[in-house]
Amino acid sequence: MKIGLYPGCSLKGGSTEYQDSVAALAKAFDIELVEIPDWNCCGATAAHNLDRELSLSLPARIMALAEREGLTDIVVPCAACYNRLSVTKHELAEDPALREKISSILNLKYEGTTHILNIIQFIDKFIADKLEAKVVNPFNYKTACYYGCLLVRPHSVLQFDRVEDPQSMDNLVKLAGGNVIDWAFKTECCGAGLSISRTDTVARLSGKIIKDAVDREAEVMVVACPMCHSNLDMRRPQINKYLNENIDMPVLYISQVLGLAIGIDAKTLGLNRHMTAVNLKEKPIGDSLAASQSTGAETQKMEA
Amino acid sequence: MSASHDHGHPLTFSGEIRQETGVIINKCYQCGKCSAGCPLAEEMDYPPSLVMRMLQTGDEVNRDHVLKSMSIWLCLNCEMCLTRCPMEIDIPSLMDNLRQRSLKAKKVNPQAKKIIAFHQSFLDSIRYTGRLYEVGLVVDYKMRTFDLMQDVAIAPKMLIKGKLNPMPDLIKGRKKVAAIMRRTQKNKEGKL
Repeated sequence: MKIGLYPGCSLKGGSTEYQDSVAALAKAFDIELVEIPDWNCCGATAAHNLDRELSLSLPARIMALAEREGLTDIVVPCAACYNRLSVTKHELAEDPALREKISSILNLKYEGTTHILNIIQFIDKFIADKLEAKVVNPFNYKTACYYGCLLVRPHSVLQFDRVEDPQSMDNLVKLAGGNVIDWAFKTECCGAGLSISRTDTVARLSGKIIKDAVDREAEVMVVACPMCHSNLDMRRPQINKYLNENIDMPVLYISQVLGLAIGIDAKTLGLNRHMTAVNLKEKPIGDSLAASQSTGAETQKMEA
Repeated sequence: MSASHDHGHPLTFSGEIRQETGVIINKCYQCGKCSAGCPLAEEMDYPPSLVMRMLQTGDEVNRDHVLKSMSIWLCLNCEMCLTRCPMEIDIPSLMDNLRQRSLKAKKVNPQAKKIIAFHQSFLDSIRYTGRLYEVGLVVDYKMRTFDLMQDVAIAPKMLIKGKLNPMPDLIKGRKKVAAIMRRTQKNKEGKL
């Protein structure tokens, strides 16, 4: 099975472990990912903050190139790129005059026939029903699934999952044997593109997210966006300074969690490349069931 | 926008906003849910609902305050306001529009300089390589802001972890991407 892939710049730069874990997961399920040839940056926050036409033209070129290659389903693992491509597709579909204008700026034919999938939709569509049978190492940790902003909003355009309390990633982690927690910061903003220009703001916003998960006894956080990951993982020293605590909870990509569960080794999944070390203690199989009952967890704590 | 609110001009400010973004400013009835949910409201000079109110007055001085505000640059486009707005007002699109107006009118808040420098460095990278080249972005940003110490401490660990790509990925079509950028800037004041 051939599926188009738009990796985006982060997966080729600071988040190669996301790229590698998505590739390993696809391979395990016999899916061939075909990178869109000569793709460009989607423009991210910079383009839509500074110029609307540019913010539509850059994603439109990517989708036009995919169309030319005959790719229809395109998986976009970065939530920010997924958002920009989806919003562009939506806006150009709504406004034929704008579509014409952007086509002439591109000097390329754009028809809007590609189908843009985020990483969860990709897994749901091609992997989820075969996942459970392949699980050899159940991911039996208390897990906080963090969706962030761009995977679920704006709902009118993306039409993906529940907007305030999404469940799709939780369901995948459950399939992998995980024990997901109910928590309040699933879709709060991590600070996104202010990471360099206002690091303090990011420490505050990401700090609240990390704190809520830890307060509810999460052992690990799972994300589906390289920007969220870099803020929650790489900015941990600033977060800990803001919280005045020393929180070492690791942050994994959903592709890494599922990869671990089906027995792909940690190195292939790039777990050693995170800035906050991934030190997950091995647990006997079945332990997650005991921990999932809150009374059980309380007893364990009291005994300790 | 009804004609009764303009002053003989073909299009009022709110009429222009409606044409460019689809946002009808007068739909806001000041419930405050946007400001309550906005993660940046506490750092803003005017929270989103107040920006809406200031624009509703149609007063030029208020409009000027908005274009010179930090609020429009602190907005992260996280879309929480739109999600919770009972009138479904697309405040994030309005914010994009206000930022672009503020740039054009040269009314950018001096404290927003670093945020804009970051965006411009980002676009420079796309112009020259077709993609975001992270190391180049940070260097370009430092040149623009003289913020030389930003992230110096973290760089060695990032290098060891394979998180810094020392060389840019140059795409074949980078001249085409640069041409796209040029064409979007045609007939526009100021350059990105």
